[in-house]
Amino acid sequence: MNKKLATLALSALMVAGPAMAELVIPDLSYRTGPYAAGGIPFSDGYNDYFTLLNERDGGIGGEPIRVVECETGYNTEKGVECYESTKGEGALVYQPLSTGITYQLIPKVTADGIPLHTMGYGRTSAANGKIFSNVFNYPANYWNGASGAINYLLNENGGDLSGKKIALVYHNSAYGKEPIRTLEMLAEKHGYDLTLLPVDHPGQEQKSQWLQIRREKPDYVVMWGWGVMNQVAVQEAANIRFPMENFIGVWWSGAEFDVEPAGEKATGYKALTFTGLGADYPVYDDLKKHVVDSGKAAGAGDQLGSVQYNRGLYAAMLASEAIKTAQEMHGVTAITPAMMRDGMEALEITNAKMESLGMAGFGPEFSVSCENHGGPGLVGVVQWDASTGTWNKLQDFMPTDAEVIGQLIAEDSAAYAAENNIEPRCE
Amino acid sequence: MPEQLVFAMEVILNGLMAGVLYALVALGFVLIYKASGIFNYAQGVMALFAAMTLVGIMNGQVPFAHLINSTFGTHFHYFGWNVPALLAVILTMGVMVLLAWAVQRFVMRHLVGQEPIILFMATIGLAYFLEGVADLMWGSEIKTLDVGLPQGINLWIDETTFNIFDYGFFIDNLDIVATVIAALLVAALVAFSQYTKQGRAMRAVADDHQAALSVGISLNFIWIMVWSVAGFVALVAGIMWGTKSGVQFSLSLIALKALPVLMLGGFTSIPGAIVGGLIIGVGEKLFEFAIGPMVGGATENWFAYVLALIFLVFRPQGLFGEKIIERV
Repeated sequence: MNKKLATLALSALMVAGPAMAELVIPDLSYRTGPYAAGGIPFSDGYNDYFTLLNERDGGIGGEPIRVVECETGYNTEKGVECYESTKGEGALVYQPLSTGITYQLIPKVTADGIPLHTMGYGRTSAANGKIFSNVFNYPANYWNGASGAINYLLNENGGDLSGKKIALVYHNSAYGKEPIRTLEMLAEKHGYDLTLLPVDHPGQEQKSQWLQIRREKPDYVVMWGWGVMNQVAVQEAANIRFPMENFIGVWWSGAEFDVEPAGEKATGYKALTFTGLGADYPVYDDLKKHVVDSGKAAGAGDQLGSVQYNRGLYAAMLASEAIKTAQEMHGVTAITPAMMRDGMEALEITNAKMESLGMAGFGPEFSVSCENHGGPGLVGVVQWDASTGTWNKLQDFMPTDAEVIGQLIAEDSAAYAAENNIEPRCE
Repeated sequence: MPEQLVFAMEVILNGLMAGVLYALVALGFVLIYKASGIFNYAQGVMALFAAMTLVGIMNGQVPFAHLINSTFGTHFHYFGWNVPALLAVILTMGVMVLLAWAVQRFVMRHLVGQEPIILFMATIGLAYFLEGVADLMWGSEIKTLDVGLPQGINLWIDETTFNIFDYGFFIDNLDIVATVIAALLVAALVAFSQYTKQGRAMRAVADDHQAALSVGISLNFIWIMVWSVAGFVALVAGIMWGTKSGVQFSLSLIALKALPVLMLGGFTSIPGAIVGGLIIGVGEKLFEFAIGPMVGGATENWFAYVLALIFLVFRPQGLFGEKIIERV
């Protein structure tokens, strides 16, 4: 009997042991398909940061991190399959890098008690933690982006946009349509004329939209693009000789590969950002020493310092800081997804903390709360210089229109709560 | 002249240019369908593969570098040389001929006599296989393609039309180049199929495989030749589209633009592909210009198919397609 019990106990330990001793982070990546150019560097950055923590620090709080990569191809169905196939491994947090996948996962993660982090994408009103208990979209969301672009243009025009014409060239999808309501409300507030120019997936052909821009001569063009749409739009803008300094894209339209195909003519193009630029941060010294030089880099190891790599790195840093917070809150190192959720809700990112991580100024300072899962919504602006092949900072992380965005978030999240019979929390 | 009419003229001209680019993709489909009755689903991916190979050769990229490096622990990515564009085009064409041979040797040869749907399925498999091979061979990142083609507004047209209409038309230099190349390509293909021994053999195979075999025409040779020519057309289409957007995986989706052109122009006519392309190009651009703003825009993708369907209802074989008469 004792022998049987001992065998059973040993078997249970063998099954449960590894799962408890690891911090499992799924990486729903897309290294193939039409959007791979954006997916690869993000995933590389995400993986490399966790590899760095394993190699340099032995994990987090002594617990090794295991990244489980699953290829989604930026396909919503595959993304859901990846979620279903990895959640049983003790997944602590999902970062799907797709608004389509995010929308499908919101009810699933809420039911399963696993947190979902959609950094700068996904369902914007998920910033309302009272309704979306398991979804976080700090440090900035799409509506912050829309407002950030308008605020920047306000600054450029002495605080007055009345009578100005602004065109929004957007991906004709749920993602691309996200900023419309915000831009319309801001148009009422600031008196500019807004023209909407949808571009169908994938966006390889945009002649009609840019001929219209050429005819109507808007003062500014704002872009909400992804994938090939970005490269074609920058090229078409250059072709019609639209002033590049008056062309500003959301952060998902602001990577190196979005502007490089247009060559020198892309110089002056602007983009929004919520992360730091380049590789001039001490954390990169550690990455080089512990990850790249030892041959442990994800992918080819050739993406370090690129815009999308930095976003992946930043997302991983935020996840690991949330893990540390959860470990401190609950007094255990092998945390559960529920504990991770608590850690994310209590996350505080300060300049001192970022400096200690070798990432001073890499992102804005912010704290998360039960009510606010979206962070401060600070948005920076960068500009492309083709001669040096670099993005240069034009504007630091600045506040966006909390009044307008707050109202939109309250309306949208209330509608979601009513549809899904969700009782607001944090009371 | 009313302003809207002037704008419409500009839209029509740009529609014609866009139509030529669609036709370039459609031509590849027509060639293979004409010679073998196969609807080659992989034509779009062939354009991607050709363009990626061209950029890879031009940049001196080591093919399968990731695979080699991860297997042997090496760090080879580039040979350290750059190949001139013309030589790279010739070398890429060599690769496309090799691909044609491989497709014929390892896939199509084993499927002779099978139902068209089986052959179509084989090309679907080929498309995904090629996509994977291209990824493995050259990587997934977006590559800048510059073979020296001019891009941007044509200033002469801009100034001339401005003097006439008080509004300068926008025509992209790249579109003008594409039009010239497409015209040359069509003329060459028509001349090839009409006046050369191989061209006549190709038409014979298209008419009746068995009869062609009985008079000593090598089916293998003809099919390799046709897939090679389709590979060349794919390379031209890949260069044109890749110059616009960079060479990336979305390039394979340009096939979607060719389908309404084929429906309209017919699957078996080279001039049909061109005329179909022009009609689709002008039709979708004019519709977007006139009706688009009333319905929220983004009409081009679906309107192209509506236009093709309208033609299909009245002429199922397409404008220039051969009417199929089957007798019992």
